[in-house]
Amino acid sequence: MLPQKNIKLANVIEFVLLFLFLSVDFNCGFHSREKVQINFWTMGAEAEHVQKLTKEFEELNPNISVKVQAIPWTAAHEKLITAYASGTTPDIVQMGNTWIPEFVALNSLEKLNSYVKDSKVISDTNYFNGIWKSNFIGDDLYGVPWYVDTRVLFYRTDILKRAGYSSPPKTWEELYDVCKRIKKLNNNKAKYSIFIPTNEWAPFIILGLQSGAKLLKDNNSMGDFSNPDYKTAFKFLIKFFKENLAPVDITEVSNLYQAFSSGFFAMYITGPWNVEEFKRRLPDSLRYSWMTAPLPALDGHHYPGLSLAGGSSLSIFKTSEHKKEDWKLVEYLSRRESQIEFYHLSTDLPAVMSAWEDPALKRDKYLTAFYEQLQNVIPMPQVPEWEQIVSSKVQQYAEYAARGKETPDEALRLLDKDVNKILEKRRWMLSNGTKKNSK
Amino acid sequence: MSNNKRFNISAAYFFLAPALVTIFIFFLVPVLAAFLISFTDFDIYSLGNFQYARFVGLRNYIQIFNDPLFWTSLKNTFYFVCVGGPLSIAVSLGAAMLVNSKLVKFSGFFRLVYFIPVVTSLVAVSIVWRFIYHPHFGMLNYFLRLIGIGGVDWLGDPHWAMPAIILMAVWKNFGYNMIIFIAGLQNIPEDLYEAASIEGASGWHQFKSITLPMLAPTTLFVAIITIIGYFQLFAEPYIMTQGGPLNSTLSIVLYMYQEGFRWWNMGYSAALAFILFFIILVVSLIQLKIKRESEV
Repeated sequence: MLPQKNIKLANVIEFVLLFLFLSVDFNCGFHSREKVQINFWTMGAEAEHVQKLTKEFEELNPNISVKVQAIPWTAAHEKLITAYASGTTPDIVQMGNTWIPEFVALNSLEKLNSYVKDSKVISDTNYFNGIWKSNFIGDDLYGVPWYVDTRVLFYRTDILKRAGYSSPPKTWEELYDVCKRIKKLNNNKAKYSIFIPTNEWAPFIILGLQSGAKLLKDNNSMGDFSNPDYKTAFKFLIKFFKENLAPVDITEVSNLYQAFSSGFFAMYITGPWNVEEFKRRLPDSLRYSWMTAPLPALDGHHYPGLSLAGGSSLSIFKTSEHKKEDWKLVEYLSRRESQIEFYHLSTDLPAVMSAWEDPALKRDKYLTAFYEQLQNVIPMPQVPEWEQIVSSKVQQYAEYAARGKETPDEALRLLDKDVNKILEKRRWMLSNGTKKNSK
Repeated sequence: MSNNKRFNISAAYFFLAPALVTIFIFFLVPVLAAFLISFTDFDIYSLGNFQYARFVGLRNYIQIFNDPLFWTSLKNTFYFVCVGGPLSIAVSLGAAMLVNSKLVKFSGFFRLVYFIPVVTSLVAVSIVWRFIYHPHFGMLNYFLRLIGIGGVDWLGDPHWAMPAIILMAVWKNFGYNMIIFIAGLQNIPEDLYEAASIEGASGWHQFKSITLPMLAPTTLFVAIITIIGYFQLFAEPYIMTQGGPLNSTLSIVLYMYQEGFRWWNMGYSAALAFILFFIILVVSLIQLKIKRESEV
């Protein structure tokens, strides 16, 4: 009895395996001959919105199918790196443009210069200059801007008016002055003029850039935060904490929108994602009492002052086996019409300038400031370590100085010391690279 | 006979093999790899091209000892262990004795209530406690104000953030140890207490001379498990404070996580892990030694 049973079992296993092999083979054959599948990773809500566009793209290109995969923003960076380490990267990825240097260091992104040269759709003149530049490492282009983001000033028009400002501050001096007046107006220790959370590095970098600081030096291999230009900006910001114009303790603001509508603070430097949030979350009574404005400039400089070139780009991974089709999708998403449609779906600001002529975009009074600001944005130093430098070290020492644990000078000295330690590997790589080249 | 015995041993190996292979692949190999990595500067560049990983000998360890953030995180971790650990054990024991007392009705109900925080998701608990600790609208400050104590900025003040984390962690964890203590208490023969009360021993005397000595093995177990667990403080500050304010709640594990998985300084992070391992090992050995000496 027993042997017979075994034979039967073996037969079954054999049959199942055979069937599996056949079906796998059949599937592969079918795909490679008939359809190209593009794996496209996007973050957060963009994944949901872009699917409408990719469907249209599939209808126009019956031989291509697009598989959109959503990855949450908070896990995106780790997931991409792990995908790289395990060799399972997608074909196209939405890439935050501060991450580009990192993935270029991993030698994982396709250079796009020649693609753009031959393209009828994509050209540098279509884009905001600073945004376009942020996709370059040296002379090589690694991403095509998809949507853009920069920081502007959100402010309470009613409070500023009471403080004697019918238009937003245009210089640093005015910014400081209006904060002083609002504080006096409140006559209330528990309220502040401006919110500069020390766990957001953006203002600490933007004001540095505005005052002419390069932030890093020696081919971006050493920190340059003790430079007088940066010191001016840093001390200017710390003054707001010292004079109680901005809350030092960020846990006091557990709900940003509530705090803004209750007048806990009247100004906040933040990005375009908050336009829709403010519209949705502020009470109706405040609907006409807030506005956005481009950032004030360093005294005696051109208004608006500089801001960050942010946003997301589309990049193609080197490992993709059908880059021609990938590029076709990138081109499709970069057409003016697609950019407008994507704005309507997601409210992400279009990277292509001509898309801003869309009536809905033009009608939105909160977006005018962004359009103006985007003309004057610059990229940050493009080194893989940048994210660590700003999110851990700049924030840490901004907090130290804001709370008075260190003097601003000492904080910046320590900041440079830590940044130099982080960049040690980069210096080694640079000196090694030049050695190899000279040979 | 000997043949049979050998067969037995190989049969044992055969049945143990799945577990041994799993432990080898998923535990020993990674630990060994991490140990080797702790002597390199493995980072994001090395991930791209392995040639960019340098063997740096003890440099990571030396850097760690010169790193003010490491000392801050070590100090914070010891603060948490030394205050939170004993407090947690004391609260657990107290709760166990209360619940175990014959005077308490519905003791099953209380056991359940005290155990609920243990099985609740730590993320959810941390978020709720963040509201409780809010300086303006928080429940805790509301009650404090009723008795005339004003405005402690729990998570925002560098001096209060760690006590706030300890308070929450104790609340979250004491239920688990309480269950173990209850088991221990129920193993103490009732006649010891009867004899003691006939001799006229007070409640405190009974506790000191019967309950504590009889619970010693349980207490040792609870202490070791608690201390090891508390040394690995991570999720509470990760969710509630991100290590702030002024790094006053930065624990070693949180620092290790940031260095390793946020910034990909794997070498440095691995070295941190082995230092933590060494600290926990030493502390556990000391505890065992104390225990052995007290038995002799």
